[in-house]
Amino acid sequence: MKPAEFYARDRRWHPPALARDYKTSVTRSPQYAAISLQNSASELTGPVFGHNDIDAIDNDLLANYAQPGESPIGERIIVHGRVLDENARPVPNTLVEIWQANAGGRYRHKKDTYLAPIDPNFGGCGRTLTDENGYYYFRTVKPGAYPWRNWVNDWRPAHIHVSVFGSGFAQRLITQLYFEGDPLIAKCPIVATIPDPQAIDMLIARLDMNATIPLDTIAYHFDIVLRGRRSTLFENRLEGN
Amino acid sequence: MGMKYLKETPSQTAGPYVHIGLAPGAAGFDIYREELGHDIAGPNPKGERIRVEGLVIDGTGSPIKDVLLEAWQANADGHYAHPEGGGEVEEGFRGWGRVITDFETGEWGFDTVKPGRVMGRNGRLMAPHINLWIVARGINLGLNTRMYFADEDAANAEDPVINLIEWERRRATLIARREDRDGLPLYRFDIKVQGQDETVFFDI
Repeated sequence: MKPAEFYARDRRWHPPALARDYKTSVTRSPQYAAISLQNSASELTGPVFGHNDIDAIDNDLLANYAQPGESPIGERIIVHGRVLDENARPVPNTLVEIWQANAGGRYRHKKDTYLAPIDPNFGGCGRTLTDENGYYYFRTVKPGAYPWRNWVNDWRPAHIHVSVFGSGFAQRLITQLYFEGDPLIAKCPIVATIPDPQAIDMLIARLDMNATIPLDTIAYHFDIVLRGRRSTLFENRLEGN
Repeated sequence: MGMKYLKETPSQTAGPYVHIGLAPGAAGFDIYREELGHDIAGPNPKGERIRVEGLVIDGTGSPIKDVLLEAWQANADGHYAHPEGGGEVEEGFRGWGRVITDFETGEWGFDTVKPGRVMGRNGRLMAPHINLWIVARGINLGLNTRMYFADEDAANAEDPVINLIEWERRRATLIARREDRDGLPLYRFDIKVQGQDETVFFDI
């Protein structure tokens, strides 16, 4: 059997474009319905990355911006898991990129003016390729919560932004990872753009004591699921002829 | 094959600081040996070299200054740089780029080559196009659209995707206008996320 189209994206599972409590979405959400498009090569293909594109240190945020012999302030954590597709198959050799605030909730970005200080030893980004089993890991510090201008007193729960590719452009996904037990998750208007509590639950990384390195670094587990592909049981003339 | 499927991980906005992760130089710091997505066509592409420029505009008519786009395109032969891409591509041709804005104006631009026609479904050729994926603060799930070329009237007229759009006046939102700058072809493509002349987006 040959792989065919990606499964249709469940638009009721993802957040809608317009979520009024997340104010910025009000003027940045299309009003017309999207045109449904069955996949062609333009959607089934996507960029391919290799080990020449990145360096081994890129997934270690404790080291990739630190001065020699120093490391960033904060709770040392490992974030690890697998990238799978909806068929529960691993997605190997795919690029995973992350970015986050430092332990004080401050981003290293020229547009962030929050009063918490920049950490001189922390850049706040990392990238890696999944291995043949879809496995990935990063080492970093746990990001801090920070205030943002939505309602007057909104605070983002601690989170790490995650970008994933898969094998086709139709699988492209950006999401955010939250941490088990954070009381700010339930209060966050960005989290609440997602209608289904079970979908939100997929974004919560779980404390993983077995992967924790004693006396060193605490681990969180976070699997990522990308769209799966149908197999062609019957010829549907995807390519024509 | 079992029938126990997983659900896709739900999307969240890329937020205002997407550059830290995907284009740290634009955030204001240098961390990687090489940032990805700056060179779409590589050193020796076939075909016509072009530049594409535009704005992404919100429902108030204002530019979205913190937007980030990704472009995905075929080479001049209509092949994508992918195992299922239809054929060989030139050494160094990736066909994928990351596009960031000038934070003051919201203007973005990228240099590439004009793609060739790609075979679509049911043996119908598609007109040359660049696939675009748009993320930003306030965009909860990345927006997919396509940029077509104004100087490809005949191919555009028979493109199976353009022809899915029942409102003919909306089709024009996908066509980049051709201009010339110092003798080089420049395509202007403004994307309106909301409001009058809203760009057509695709659920792919």
